[in-house]
Amino acid sequence: MEFIGEKLLQVVIALAIFAAVIGLIMLLVDRAPKSIKDKVTVAGFLAPAAILMVVGLVYPAIRTSTLAFTDAGGNANGFDNFVWMFTQPEALTTLRNTVIWTVLVPLLSTSFGLAYAVFIDKARGEKVLKSLVFMPMAISFVGAGIIWKLVYDYRGPNIEQTGVINFFLVSLGMEPKQFLLDAPGNTMFLIIVMVWIQTGFAMVILSAAIKGVPVELTEAARLDGANAWQQFRNVTIPGIRGALVVVLTTITIATLKVFDIVRTMTAGNYDTSVVANEMYTQAFRAGEPGRGAALALILFLMVLPIVVYNARVLRKQREIH
Amino acid sequence: MMRRVKTKLTSKWATAAAIIIAVVWSVPTFGLFVTSFRPAAKQVGPRSDGWWNAFVDWQFTIKNYADVLVPAGSQSANLSQYFVNSIAIVVPVTIFVLVLASMAAYVFAWGKFKGRDGLFIFVFALQIIPLQMALIPLLQFFTQTLQLPAGSYAQLWIAHTMFGLPLGIFLLHNFISEIPGEVIEAARVDGAGHSTIFWRIILPLSVPALASLAIFQFLWVWNDLLVALVFSGGTADVAPITQRLAEISGTRGARDYLNPAAAFVSIIIPLLVFFGLQRYFVRGLLSGGLKG
Repeated sequence: MEFIGEKLLQVVIALAIFAAVIGLIMLLVDRAPKSIKDKVTVAGFLAPAAILMVVGLVYPAIRTSTLAFTDAGGNANGFDNFVWMFTQPEALTTLRNTVIWTVLVPLLSTSFGLAYAVFIDKARGEKVLKSLVFMPMAISFVGAGIIWKLVYDYRGPNIEQTGVINFFLVSLGMEPKQFLLDAPGNTMFLIIVMVWIQTGFAMVILSAAIKGVPVELTEAARLDGANAWQQFRNVTIPGIRGALVVVLTTITIATLKVFDIVRTMTAGNYDTSVVANEMYTQAFRAGEPGRGAALALILFLMVLPIVVYNARVLRKQREIH
Repeated sequence: MMRRVKTKLTSKWATAAAIIIAVVWSVPTFGLFVTSFRPAAKQVGPRSDGWWNAFVDWQFTIKNYADVLVPAGSQSANLSQYFVNSIAIVVPVTIFVLVLASMAAYVFAWGKFKGRDGLFIFVFALQIIPLQMALIPLLQFFTQTLQLPAGSYAQLWIAHTMFGLPLGIFLLHNFISEIPGEVIEAARVDGAGHSTIFWRIILPLSVPALASLAIFQFLWVWNDLLVALVFSGGTADVAPITQRLAEISGTRGARDYLNPAAAFVSIIIPLLVFFGLQRYFVRGLLSGGLKG
């Protein structure tokens, strides 16, 4: 166990350096001449975060955008990487899978989450029921990958099945199935894992939104003779529109970036790769940083409309304030 | 009368559907938990069967856990080392992000300078730059410009802090901007400087928001694989537990029966944090989601 001491020492040194830097900033802010005190404060408080974000996000984003137009040797090659992406069968499969993911995951997670939130609203044991579905949010994608590999486990037709789903298939007299190997079904089975994780997020946000819909509204609809479905359709849904948009966009962004699930469950083989995984493979395994960068750029372009939309909503809110 | 029966009926069906969803959602994790305690022969090989048989054929062992935790040569999972790495990575990152993000959020909420709102929206937008876009140049920057040793905590600390700041600033700003202006004004009249106001007033009042951000940051860094793959170098000196888990589960072999136990070791801390602090976690989600 001697390794713990050495690792702990590194942590303590890092924290001490950090404390010293922050202390120095506070000292500068306090000692600054009165005339420029406010300016020094703004600069001092903002500088560490600003420097880190410029170096860690802004500069790399610009750099990646230029890298996307170079070949493996770093020479400019125009749009070759993009031509590769939109013509090679493997690359096209990757793009197609990403589109399937980004359509299905937000849709399914939000539907399940909404249904569940409505079903358990004011039910007995609501808190426990919520925790059970919310729990996968805390589990890493790698952990989730192992959990679901176990669920999808496959054995030959004549021996005892160890995976839950194949066990049911065999009990019903069907052939066991290799869920992760057979394209295109296998992408669906990976998507289920992501839905399993994201449903809890959708459920928690939507449940809070549903509780925010005034009881008088649903009550009035009920008195007017609306049945449960009509109440839900015409009162609850419009009442939680904002939350629905937030949930859909957040899950869409998370899905576009999905990497770990594919990486741990199939490593992108058997036609299951997605852009985020292919980007890693090209840049760090195949020695093609240009192609990797081009894929990352495509990812960014896919996310961009959502960012612009959210930024506009935010700007509107700040104007109201 | 008719109507009352009807609503009751639908609610019964709804409860049934909810219970089915709850069961379907929990069975996978429960299956992993049970499997992790089953002896090797029950998991692989000719005498193996599904984990649900464990309740009929009562055989449990903690040997799997001992095997993955105790270091024994390079073949062993050696998880205790990686477990410590995960903690050594997560704790400083969480502190760095909390302090730096709240400083920035304070200035964005209460500082007065030109272009403040535009800059804030820009920071918000940064949140959505895919990590993938930043990795290649950042790795080059670390190894070539800064000459940081390959495979060190420092690279992971800095990278995670960079990636965590936009969300952190956004979440904390939502909270800090709601603090009543009179409180800050009163302190200023009493002669308090910005640093005093920040440490003595803003931070203590922001504890709920800080708690939710801390949980987010903790879970996010603990569960990360991509950043670790790129920056950790993959050795037992630095790499976090998720990376080791991906490694041992990625190769099919004679020791596959250890994967469930290894996976459970890696998810136990996030689960504890999650169940212990769920209240703050939900609050953070709501302030980040509904207001944005």
